[in-house]
Amino acid sequence: MTAQDVSPFTSPPQPPRRRKKRIRGSSIAVLAFLTMCAAFVSVPLYVVIVTSFKTLDQIALGDIFALPTTWTLEPWRKAWSEVCAGMTCDGVSAGFWTSLKILFPSLFLSIGISAVTGYALALWKIKWAGTFLFILFLCAFVPFQIIMIPLVVLNAQIGLYGSIWSVAFVHTILSMPLLTLIFRNFYKDVPEEIVNAAIMDSGSFWRIFLEIILPMSGNIMIVVLILMITTVWNDYLIGLTFGGVGTQPMTVILANTVITSFGEVKYNVDMAAALLTAIPPLVVYFALGKFFVQGITAGAIKG
Amino acid sequence: MPDIKFQNIVKRFGKVTVMQDLNLSIGDGEFLVLLGPSGCGKTTLLNMLAGLQDVTDGAIMIGERDVTDLDPKDRGLAMVFQSYALYPTKTVRGNLKFGLSARGLSRAQIDDRIEWAAGLLQIDGLLDRKPAQLSGGQRQRVAIGRALVKNVDVFLFDEPLSNLDAKLRTEMRLEIRNLHQELKKTIVFVTHDQVEAMTMADRIAVMNDGVIQQVGTPDEIYQNPANLFVAEFIGSPAMNLLQTRLQVHGSDVSAVHKATGTRLDLSAYAFAETPETGQDVIVGLRPEHFNLDRTNDGPVGAEFALPVRQTEKTGNDVTMYLDNGSDGLLAVRFDQKTHNVPPTGARQVVSFPANRFDIFDAATNRRI
Repeated sequence: MTAQDVSPFTSPPQPPRRRKKRIRGSSIAVLAFLTMCAAFVSVPLYVVIVTSFKTLDQIALGDIFALPTTWTLEPWRKAWSEVCAGMTCDGVSAGFWTSLKILFPSLFLSIGISAVTGYALALWKIKWAGTFLFILFLCAFVPFQIIMIPLVVLNAQIGLYGSIWSVAFVHTILSMPLLTLIFRNFYKDVPEEIVNAAIMDSGSFWRIFLEIILPMSGNIMIVVLILMITTVWNDYLIGLTFGGVGTQPMTVILANTVITSFGEVKYNVDMAAALLTAIPPLVVYFALGKFFVQGITAGAIKG
Repeated sequence: MPDIKFQNIVKRFGKVTVMQDLNLSIGDGEFLVLLGPSGCGKTTLLNMLAGLQDVTDGAIMIGERDVTDLDPKDRGLAMVFQSYALYPTKTVRGNLKFGLSARGLSRAQIDDRIEWAAGLLQIDGLLDRKPAQLSGGQRQRVAIGRALVKNVDVFLFDEPLSNLDAKLRTEMRLEIRNLHQELKKTIVFVTHDQVEAMTMADRIAVMNDGVIQQVGTPDEIYQNPANLFVAEFIGSPAMNLLQTRLQVHGSDVSAVHKATGTRLDLSAYAFAETPETGQDVIVGLRPEHFNLDRTNDGPVGAEFALPVRQTEKTGNDVTMYLDNGSDGLLAVRFDQKTHNVPPTGARQVVSFPANRFDIFDAATNRRI
């Protein structure tokens, strides 16, 4: 017997109180809205996925929502290695490797340069830093299409045009305003005293960046990484206008395969090619999505 | 070994002048505390010495070197920050090491220094931890350690104890004091806490509004405050200040309290300036100097019989507040051991010894 049972004043044990769940009007409205939003994306996605596994015969029947009667991977194989884009018939795989080759230099250059610029603007006393920041801010709003032709000319003159480096270079330049602003705002929250301590300890711009600031940037790096991977991978216009014949990214190849058609339109192959192109950013997002949210909400210092 | 001199320092932020023609010298091996309320410029002064803020005009000398325009790392200083400012991604060892490897010391030298500082501060066991895994007191030690390993002659402390709890603060106070005695390095310590200043300093520089009000040993500052600001700032509870008018008859000087007409006998006070009849002066009476009975030795300078408005007990110490007419409350501090605490509303007679007055000119606020 426990002490509690001995007490004459103990009331009989009560069942734990149930919280009443009531669905209110407002939550119904919100649910309906969210369902609509989800359906808006997921229904076409469903169609794309099932179509990519269907045979052409079934597609000809026209019922786009039906599940495949016979599942086939043939469209995926064709899309990856056989489908024709213009004159070449190597599938989207060629574009896949080109896209990767564009992606890595773009990431390194854009993130590297923007991180250092943001760090300098946020933590060092720089003349005209405010003005510079404002100009960067304005640049973030200049549509790419406006400066596209001058950029092409510029690229041609410095001899980059038509290469992977040309695409990476343009990606770096165009993403700099936004990335610099992101880094600058992140580094602005690094406590001033830590920076002061580092200045008194070493005083070296690069040393402080590499040893103190960069290791603190994990969160924001992931945010920027996801942002850039998605932007660079999904880009079509820059790849189309700056990539040469052999250096077109996956998106451009995809567009060409869909546009190029001899005889019947192979919807299943087109869909498979589209999905193949979309997979890499999705994988990145699924793998790092958790950190993405963390990175956006967390500051430089924990606790 | 260096001494530090601030020579005619001027500091402006934009058009706002926060410091005008400030001079201060700090002796070699001295423990100097810069004491003042928030926003008085003490941290600005320290940052200028550290090189973290620019000096608008004037010069800062460390020893024979003019360091006014030197980079912070070249000034031969180490600083401990209020928030400790440990590098969050580095281990304790990494924190201590960063400043040393930047100086191009050999690995053996670095290890020696880290070992020495860690032993001195008893953080040997924490060397492989990250700052997030340390308690406040441990972080404080690491922050001090990071300054110590640099083996410089001048250490700067920017309110390093204000984030600690009361018990730890007392411990660290003693510890920093001990370190100073052991290492014999010059220390400039910024704080707004007068207890820290009084207990640790060799000399205190009291600052207000960007002006150094008084520099002196803790005793000097307490016993002979140079002006009204210092008098009010030092001491807890603050000094009672009575608005009075002087009456001089030969060597007989007295002051009449304007609010109550109480007469204060100031004949025993050593005037620095000749007092004149009709001069408005402010007489300061420290709450702890009052006597509650007349058996105490020494001549009585003033006597008050006033109603008790409030009493505050902090253990043995009692502060009671007496209603002093339009001059507000008169704080009186005494020992609970020797006197009973009077009930609120009762009339209490207190006397003030004739040789304990502090007298200030009402117009200039300076001690006379």
